[in-house]
Amino acid sequence: MDARVELPVGEKIKLSVRDLDFYYGSFQALKRINLDIPEHKVTAFIGPSGCGKSTLLRCFNRMFELYPEQRAEGQVLLDGEDVLHSKLDVSLIRAKIGMVFQKPTPFPMSIYDNIAFGVRLFEPLPRVEMDERVEWALKKAALWNEVKDKLGQSGSGLSGGQQQRLCIARGIAIKPEVLLLDEPCSALDPISTGKIEELIHELKTDYTVVIVTHNMQQAARCSDYTAYMYIGDLIEFGPTTELFMKPKKRDTEDYITGRFG
Amino acid sequence: MSDKHLSTQFDAELSGISNRVLEMGGLVESQVAQAVYALTQFSGETATHVLRAEERVNTMEMEIDRDLSAIIARRQPTARDLRLLIAISKAIANLERVGDEAARIARTVQRLIDTGVSSRMRLPVGDLSFESDLAIAQLRKALDAFARLDTAQALEVLRADDQIDQEFEGLVRKLITYMMEDPRTISASIDLIFVAKAIERVGDHAKNLAEAIIYVVKGTDVRHTSVDAIADAVR
Repeated sequence: MDARVELPVGEKIKLSVRDLDFYYGSFQALKRINLDIPEHKVTAFIGPSGCGKSTLLRCFNRMFELYPEQRAEGQVLLDGEDVLHSKLDVSLIRAKIGMVFQKPTPFPMSIYDNIAFGVRLFEPLPRVEMDERVEWALKKAALWNEVKDKLGQSGSGLSGGQQQRLCIARGIAIKPEVLLLDEPCSALDPISTGKIEELIHELKTDYTVVIVTHNMQQAARCSDYTAYMYIGDLIEFGPTTELFMKPKKRDTEDYITGRFG
Repeated sequence: MSDKHLSTQFDAELSGISNRVLEMGGLVESQVAQAVYALTQFSGETATHVLRAEERVNTMEMEIDRDLSAIIARRQPTARDLRLLIAISKAIANLERVGDEAARIARTVQRLIDTGVSSRMRLPVGDLSFESDLAIAQLRKALDAFARLDTAQALEVLRADDQIDQEFEGLVRKLITYMMEDPRTISASIDLIFVAKAIERVGDHAKNLAEAIIYVVKGTDVRHTSVDAIADAVR
């Protein structure tokens, strides 16, 4: 389904999805998705389980390629360049399009190394600059004050909310252009969730943020644009305020008002 | 669209609060009717009755407001549900003012009686009762449209509002001739102009209610819009 919206003037498109189909073996999980994601904005994907929102997110940085029976057809354009058929090394693509998962996934190493690990892969920074980068990333992720005195301690010793912010810090440390968040708050308490949402709001000045969430209110709170998906189709896409006040499609309205069933 | 939420409790809360609005609407509608009756019959007793009902209307407004806040806080409504609650908040403010207008009329009746005005003065109170019939019919129609979220009927209310306005202007002209012919009627005539104005305001509140209904159903804010443009929005 084509649910492209007219983006307001001055809105630059960062990611474009064109005629995207996705298959898990013979099962088609995404059907002809067409969508433009604006730069320096937060775009949220909502929809019931199995609607394809996480699958779509995993197409943006070719995460699905880890599994041989999964394949995508169509185009995902990052600044006009097709990510899916790029000759670039996939790790370079993922350096541009970072991802944070549902459950915090700190590496089994120190807080410092959790951040520095990815940076070392792409930029051999001298120690002082690396220290600065780690501090910068932790500050951006609103975690610095809580961990600055224990950077040498294991990342897995942090609370769930702190671990998730550590993963976000790790994601932004390599300075990606797009940050994909797959249910980043589903394992967190409301306070940690609030901090992450605040962070998402701040991150958009530097990054294009795409978030998948089960929590509609979260999408309503922290996104600029929202897409509603249902069994592999993009049903509606538009400015978040509009989608939550006056959706164009009945299906969207039924879902966001809790009449879905 | 299935009209039912996954949560039956939420459905019950929404229909409960809508019913309270209708109940409040019924109450102020009868207040206006009684106030005008008190005027045409010069009945101080009925006027007192109207004034006593005002307290109940005020309490209802506050109770509905409290329930609204609770639903918003607990359910985080969106889209049509959110628009319904916003519209209810506006509707009850309008209904409460209808109650105020009725009370204003009742107080005027009491003053007229106190100053010795009676049916023997041959003031055109019958015309006022005609204007009030129109206004009450508008209010009833708007409440009815609200109960069924019927935009076509809401549109009829908007279209008919002009009639009350014309009736009001006609009444003012008539009262002016009374005052010119017999200056002893000036004081009472001025009171009656205020009553006519109060009735005309009741019509305006019915109109506001009708606009809120269109907002709930269509999601379009049609205030300060011509009736023809509204008709297009409703279509």
